[in-house]
Amino acid sequence: MKKFIALLLAAMMVMSMFAGCQSGSEQTATTAAQDQPTGEQAAADTGAAVKIGLTGPLTGGNSEYGLAVRGGMEIAVEEINAKGGLQIEFKAEDDEADGSDKAVSAYNTLKDWGMQIFAGAVTTGSALAIAAETVNDQIFMLTPSASAEDVALTGSNIYQMCFTDPNQGASAAELMSQKWPDATIGVIYDSSDPYSTGIAEGFLAKAEELGLNVAVDDAAFTADNKADLSTQVTQCKDAGCDMVFLPFYYTEAAQVLTYANTVDYHPTFFGCDGMDGILNVEGFDTTLAEGLVLMTPFDANATDEATVSFVTKYKENNDGKVPNQFAADGYDVIYALYNACVAAGIDGSTSAADACALLQEQFSTMTVDGLTGKGMTWDENGMISKAPAAVVVTDGIYVPIS
Amino acid sequence: MQILQYLINGISIGAVYAIIALGYTMVYGIAKMLNFAHGDVIMVGAYISFCVTNYLGLPSIVSVAAAVAVCTLLGIVIEGLAYKPLRGTSSLAVLITAIGVSYFLQNAAQLIWSSSPKNFTSIVTMEPISLMDGQLVITGEVLVTVAASIVVMLGLTLFTGKTRTGKAMRAVSEDRDAAQLMGINVNQTISTTFAIGSALAAVAGVLLCSTVPTLMPTTGSMPGIRAFTAAVFGGIGSIPGAMLGGILLGIIETLSKAYLSTQFSDAIVFSVLIIILLVKPAGLLGKQVQEKV
Repeated sequence: MKKFIALLLAAMMVMSMFAGCQSGSEQTATTAAQDQPTGEQAAADTGAAVKIGLTGPLTGGNSEYGLAVRGGMEIAVEEINAKGGLQIEFKAEDDEADGSDKAVSAYNTLKDWGMQIFAGAVTTGSALAIAAETVNDQIFMLTPSASAEDVALTGSNIYQMCFTDPNQGASAAELMSQKWPDATIGVIYDSSDPYSTGIAEGFLAKAEELGLNVAVDDAAFTADNKADLSTQVTQCKDAGCDMVFLPFYYTEAAQVLTYANTVDYHPTFFGCDGMDGILNVEGFDTTLAEGLVLMTPFDANATDEATVSFVTKYKENNDGKVPNQFAADGYDVIYALYNACVAAGIDGSTSAADACALLQEQFSTMTVDGLTGKGMTWDENGMISKAPAAVVVTDGIYVPIS
Repeated sequence: MQILQYLINGISIGAVYAIIALGYTMVYGIAKMLNFAHGDVIMVGAYISFCVTNYLGLPSIVSVAAAVAVCTLLGIVIEGLAYKPLRGTSSLAVLITAIGVSYFLQNAAQLIWSSSPKNFTSIVTMEPISLMDGQLVITGEVLVTVAASIVVMLGLTLFTGKTRTGKAMRAVSEDRDAAQLMGINVNQTISTTFAIGSALAAVAGVLLCSTVPTLMPTTGSMPGIRAFTAAVFGGIGSIPGAMLGGILLGIIETLSKAYLSTQFSDAIVFSVLIIILLVKPAGLLGKQVQEKV
């Protein structure tokens, strides 16, 4: 009897560890099943489909990002395959945002599957681990959301759909100098996170150049002591800052906003794309975010046709969940790759190395309009150039800043 | 003025560490094991309280009671299934099991409540007290946390000093074999310790999330390790020591962030810990036990 209970518990424990993976692989399976008929159809029409692969966190603590990118990409693939003409076969592998062995083995699985173009990774750590591999294999890489500069600088075959971190910081500084030239600014950032540090450094360099008044520039925290951010907020309050720059994720930002409100401190808070999602935190009092400014390339409330159609489809596929900018980045990545493939005449029979050379040629000259920006181009390093967009939270929704 | 505000912030987070540390120290002092899953029981307590308030719409006092009840039960179940079968084996085996339980709880929480963060609504509805034209703000959470940690500390001291069960606990702590020979049910005493420790964890979870509102499956692990440090700092096994260690750790952490460096605050806190342990190896209030050979 005792043994039986022990076995039962062991089984339960194993189930709990893997249950997340299970739902992930199930969903991948359904996507594959959905794609298959169109894939076969395509084979009959125009030759084999182009195989595009993605790695990202589909389970675990960062799965929000990976699932969003995958959801956005799936919509683009469905739309393109429904058009006829060049077909796309799409496969996503789970890397749990683990930059060590899991990312590379997810990438290798995709290579075994016959991937021609790599549309990952979702997170910077994984992207850095895979980037060197793609250089060796001569596989074209366009990451939707890995924003560190080092990713694009690893090789000439690597391109980014999102802003690099220092660029985002610099555009934040430019925006502040235009809209709030007289603000006394405080900067709080996570010194243990390359994303946050990259933005903060880019911001501080540009702010100095523009002559902005930065009163607090060293209010940092780390992953180990972020449980209490009251000291950093107090520092900004004491220095008389009326503008506080928060280049980190909404999880910690919710804490900062809540604490600032309890001590009756109400400056203008200014966030980056990691702040996107703060209004959806369960239990968060969204009135605290009123007046919050954030830079995000995608606004799900926009009324243009492309956005409305994307949001509707995404909600249908994902139990009514509103897409965030990661989903929009994923959608744009597939369309950018599709346009380049059509222009360069790449199809399922092109080898990965040939496709890589052709795509590099295309990306250095082409201009793309997408959900996350109009007239997007890439520089010689593979970093994107697009107009930064900022919104301000008004009555609980994003309103584009004029 | 500034320094007073930082001191209050330090005491606020320190008092939370203190309550968590009391749970650590109880279990270590009596069962002689490090319950690394303690931080995760805290997280479960916070989630229970969050669910009762947000999904069932019940008042916060009911949510605290529910959290205490669920965590006590959870503590007894964990102890019975994971630790009791290992009684008498090497302490390393129990330690590894505790780490396993910790992962189990985190993964289970991720499965039930998903990994996206929730924002905990503070159970304290008191308005913050503003002194000297708003330069100094004392939030209701600080007062409640400090009061709760003092009550818990006094309660535990009285309980272990005066009651029959408490005396049995002390006996088990001093010499397990001798206690058994005296007719004390060692197994049951240890189970009771776990139940009390887990009930404390529930209270700590609610207070932690009232102070720091972000609630995720990993919420308990870092404060848990901090509190463990605080317990060692104050002298592990000593009830007033855990309280003192927690408050001091919070204050040192906040002041070093404010006046020395935010980035190196951890290095500073842990350097202080090393120095204290070099001078007083048993911790601030720990008893030096002579090993008899």
